[in-house]
Amino acid sequence: MSKTILAVDDSGSLRQMVAFSLTTAGYKVVQAVDGVDGLNKAKDSVVDLVLTDQNMPNMDGLTLIQNLRGLSTYAKVPILMLTTESSDEMKAKGKAAGANGWLVKPFDPKRLIDVVHKVIGE
Amino acid sequence: MSSNVETVDRDAPEIEASSEYLTFVLGDEFYGLDILKVQEIRGYDAVTKIANTPDFIKGVINLRGLIVPIVDLRIKFNLGSVTYDALTVVIILNLGGRVAGIVVDGVSDVMNLPDNQIRVVPDIVASIDTKYITGLATVEEKMLVLVDIEHLMTSPEMELTDVVGD
Amino acid sequence: MSIDMSQFYQAFFEESEELLAQAEHLLLGIDLNSPDSEELNAIFRAAHSIKGGAATFGMTDMAEITHVLENLLDRIRKNEMVMTADHVDVFLAAKDMLTSQLEGHRSNADVDRELQEEIKRKLKAFSEGTAAPAPAVAAVPAPVAASQTQAPAAPAPAAAGQLKHYAVSIAKLNDKDTENLKAELSLLGTVNATKQPDGKVIFDVSTEDTADTITTICTFIADAEDISISEEPADSHTKGQYYVVVAELEANDITHMQTELTLLGKVEYIKLSNGHHQFSVDTEDSEADILSVCSFIVSPELVKISKQSAAAPASAPAVAAPVVKAAVEEEGFGLFEPLPTPAAAAEPKPQAPAVVAKKPETAPAKKEAEKPATNSENTSIRVGVEKVDQLVNLVGELVITQAMIEQRVGKLDPIANEDLVNSISQLTRNTRDLQEAVMSIRMMPMDYVFSRFPRMVRDLAAKLGKKVDFITQGAATELDKGLIERIIDPLTHLVRNSIDHGIEIPTKRRASGKNETGRLTLSASNRGGNIVIEVTDDGAGLDRERILSKARQNGLPVTETMTDSEVWQLIFAPGFSTAEVVTDVSGRGVGMDVVKRNVSAMGGVIDIKSTLGFGSTMSISLPLTLAILDGMSVSLGTSIYVVPLNLIVETMQPRMQDIKTVTGEGLMIHVRGEYLPIIPLYALFNQDTEIMHPTEGVLLILEAEGKKAALFVDGLVGQQQVVIKSLETNFKKIQGVSGATIMGDGSVALILDVPAIIKMGQNNTQGVYQ
Repeated sequence: MSKTILAVDDSGSLRQMVAFSLTTAGYKVVQAVDGVDGLNKAKDSVVDLVLTDQNMPNMDGLTLIQNLRGLSTYAKVPILMLTTESSDEMKAKGKAAGANGWLVKPFDPKRLIDVVHKVIGE
Repeated sequence: MSSNVETVDRDAPEIEASSEYLTFVLGDEFYGLDILKVQEIRGYDAVTKIANTPDFIKGVINLRGLIVPIVDLRIKFNLGSVTYDALTVVIILNLGGRVAGIVVDGVSDVMNLPDNQIRVVPDIVASIDTKYITGLATVEEKMLVLVDIEHLMTSPEMELTDVVGD
Repeated sequence: MSIDMSQFYQAFFEESEELLAQAEHLLLGIDLNSPDSEELNAIFRAAHSIKGGAATFGMTDMAEITHVLENLLDRIRKNEMVMTADHVDVFLAAKDMLTSQLEGHRSNADVDRELQEEIKRKLKAFSEGTAAPAPAVAAVPAPVAASQTQAPAAPAPAAAGQLKHYAVSIAKLNDKDTENLKAELSLLGTVNATKQPDGKVIFDVSTEDTADTITTICTFIADAEDISISEEPADSHTKGQYYVVVAELEANDITHMQTELTLLGKVEYIKLSNGHHQFSVDTEDSEADILSVCSFIVSPELVKISKQSAAAPASAPAVAAPVVKAAVEEEGFGLFEPLPTPAAAAEPKPQAPAVVAKKPETAPAKKEAEKPATNSENTSIRVGVEKVDQLVNLVGELVITQAMIEQRVGKLDPIANEDLVNSISQLTRNTRDLQEAVMSIRMMPMDYVFSRFPRMVRDLAAKLGKKVDFITQGAATELDKGLIERIIDPLTHLVRNSIDHGIEIPTKRRASGKNETGRLTLSASNRGGNIVIEVTDDGAGLDRERILSKARQNGLPVTETMTDSEVWQLIFAPGFSTAEVVTDVSGRGVGMDVVKRNVSAMGGVIDIKSTLGFGSTMSISLPLTLAILDGMSVSLGTSIYVVPLNLIVETMQPRMQDIKTVTGEGLMIHVRGEYLPIIPLYALFNQDTEIMHPTEGVLLILEAEGKKAALFVDGLVGQQQVVIKSLETNFKKIQGVSGATIMGDGSVALILDVPAIIKMGQNNTQGVYQ
């Protein structure tokens, strides 16, 4: 059974790119447009990995991660932040919020797939 | 229906190029046009007259939601008797996406003509201007005039299209 | 695996366009005195989003601009800089540049490289500029040894207006107090609060106020002895920050490590969630020095030391950030700790990029399992216009078919067929509802058009040295998408004209007792089946005499007895311009005729109201949609014609005494004090009818483009909505006919082009009646 990835990004084009790449690689992708949407979709689906942007309207990525970690079903699900900043500040905030790792934007589809393989396998 | 005009043995292997034509009658003359330009053949229905257009443009009809102009070629070329009855035929043509209908005296047949049976056009052979005629063929001792219908219908003299720069 | 990125370009283009439009809208509306932080965030987010996409899709020029733009916006939204009108100008220029870059990528158009560089330079200059002291330089979280200095002894008060950064450390503070204190401190400037593992809370404060002020505030909530404040030097680049990670350590060794490392500089200790021990050290000493210090306690091979990148981002809030060490880290990707899930995947080795990366090519089997999900916005879906058009056409067909059935059923005995009749009337209602619903899909708010004007008005007014208040009304009024796009050009022209020729320069306005600032209103409203869009200015108004004399010069037929509205219509004549000075904005005399032609092509009419010295109103009346028309069917001989209802002022059966014969001008009808020319349709269309005199038939009083006339037809048939079909799809333009429609019985009826009919009538009435 293919693994499900929740991709949260307010940029439609990036989200599509992520979704398309991962779908092509054999994953099932649930998309969300911001933190609030992401949280709702997360509650509605069983997800093996969450990829979230940080800077989004309504609810940002860090808050989403904190919220997800507050759900018993998401206590252990790997969460990666997609961020344009590779700053340690952001990493620290991400870690504090409960993220497992980060991936710096921009990335190409191959890179994304490699990373996802590494985190949840194929 | 096809016996009187069939000229090619369809069972024989065809090696030379040929085309299919729809033949129709205008007065005493036989005409043929490229079958690929024909969308359908229907009877003559009431048309809506259009103001200030020549008499050969009969008007427009509703063809399944499309507004289609109807031209009476008999009036245009002064051929045959212009009557409209249950036997009057309208050939609906599709000319590069534009749809138009022509009224003729009758439709004869669809026939396959090898290109090598088509003769060049002498100066005056038919009521239609030579420049719209692609060739002649003899079928059962009658002369068949092959018309470049797209060229004819889109020519300024048919007044079906807006003249560029108008 | 290779994925063609270009397939996402379109989505990126559309998204960026929306973001840019939104950013512009926000920028134009921003109140510089108290900018709304939500709006600033939204503008920042737009730049940020575009940057992300542009970088991903390889559009480096856009990524570069958005990068500097984002930096500057970030500083502004963090209150590190005060937004000025200059900022707005450069932001708008950047927005324009991005739009042109976007266009460049979309259609390989050329982009003005020089301008691009200049904008980039400007943005950079602003964000690095002297506008505010660079707080950003506190990049390295490296308070010197002095940073442990206790609060009261803290650095001297900062010079007024200088932004300073303080690390405020409070030894004991519960969450509630943290929040309260954060709120208090944010009155001074920007504040970040971080809770340390040991319960200590560190506030990172950027403010113009002094350490004393901060201390005073803190003492409301915390005990004075628990507070320590250190100012962070603006530049401390000589120092480095190192992460020292040791997998296993005895508890007392942790203390030893801390003690030893403190000799080198400031030390913070964190136990990582994987059980490893991490010390972050700020020191001027080298990695080797650190290692040798550690080797007193643990064997060197158990110690991992890494240096934090010196190019830490500008905004890094100094001490506040607990230092993070990644378990897996590669270029641009990392895990804070190894994840157990995929076997072998994430060895806790720091560099293990290639372990699993081989696989993807061999896994195409599932390729077709799932189609890539498209946009999943929960509130709207994007649909191609052609799909909507197809739907509109199909519904149009349905309406006709339904009308045919209705007509046929109408001939049946209503009692014997009662059930059928009832069902049909139900079908009629359903069809109408369906039609309305489908048409509404194509409807867009006028805001789509209006939103592009504030910018234009602003730029234009500035260029011409005029002051203009721009007001829009009825932006929510909806119009068919096909029309809304075509109204932009004519409307742009009218707005331009109003600013250029209508509204006077401030001195002139003052001289004539007006407010220096002109007022330009753009409004939209529904009136009947039409939308009326008006451009109103309180400027100079049209000058009747000037227009008349200009018209005479141009050889136009004019008389002194022409009504005002007839005179105003003269400005729509090709080549007509009354502007005293031909500016590069407008006034070259091209345009108004084009405006009128465009509006007519949309089935609309344009009217002018103007009072010299008080201003003008240009009013465009458009059908709500191109597809459907409220019409009056009229008969002429055996034919039926449809006249747009909105252009019919009234219908009447004239009395003999109201009809006058004017020599050389045919028949006139005297109606409500006006003499209007009678246009017999049968004469215009050379059509046979038995009704030859107006008293036997019906007159439709028509009004379009400021002109009135009475159209003489046989009789009225009925009022109905008709679906407009183009005559030109398969035929050609016929003078006096704007289109065709299919009636309930399946026959075709022509729709009259009223403005053209009125014009034809003027040329044609002569000699009709002898």
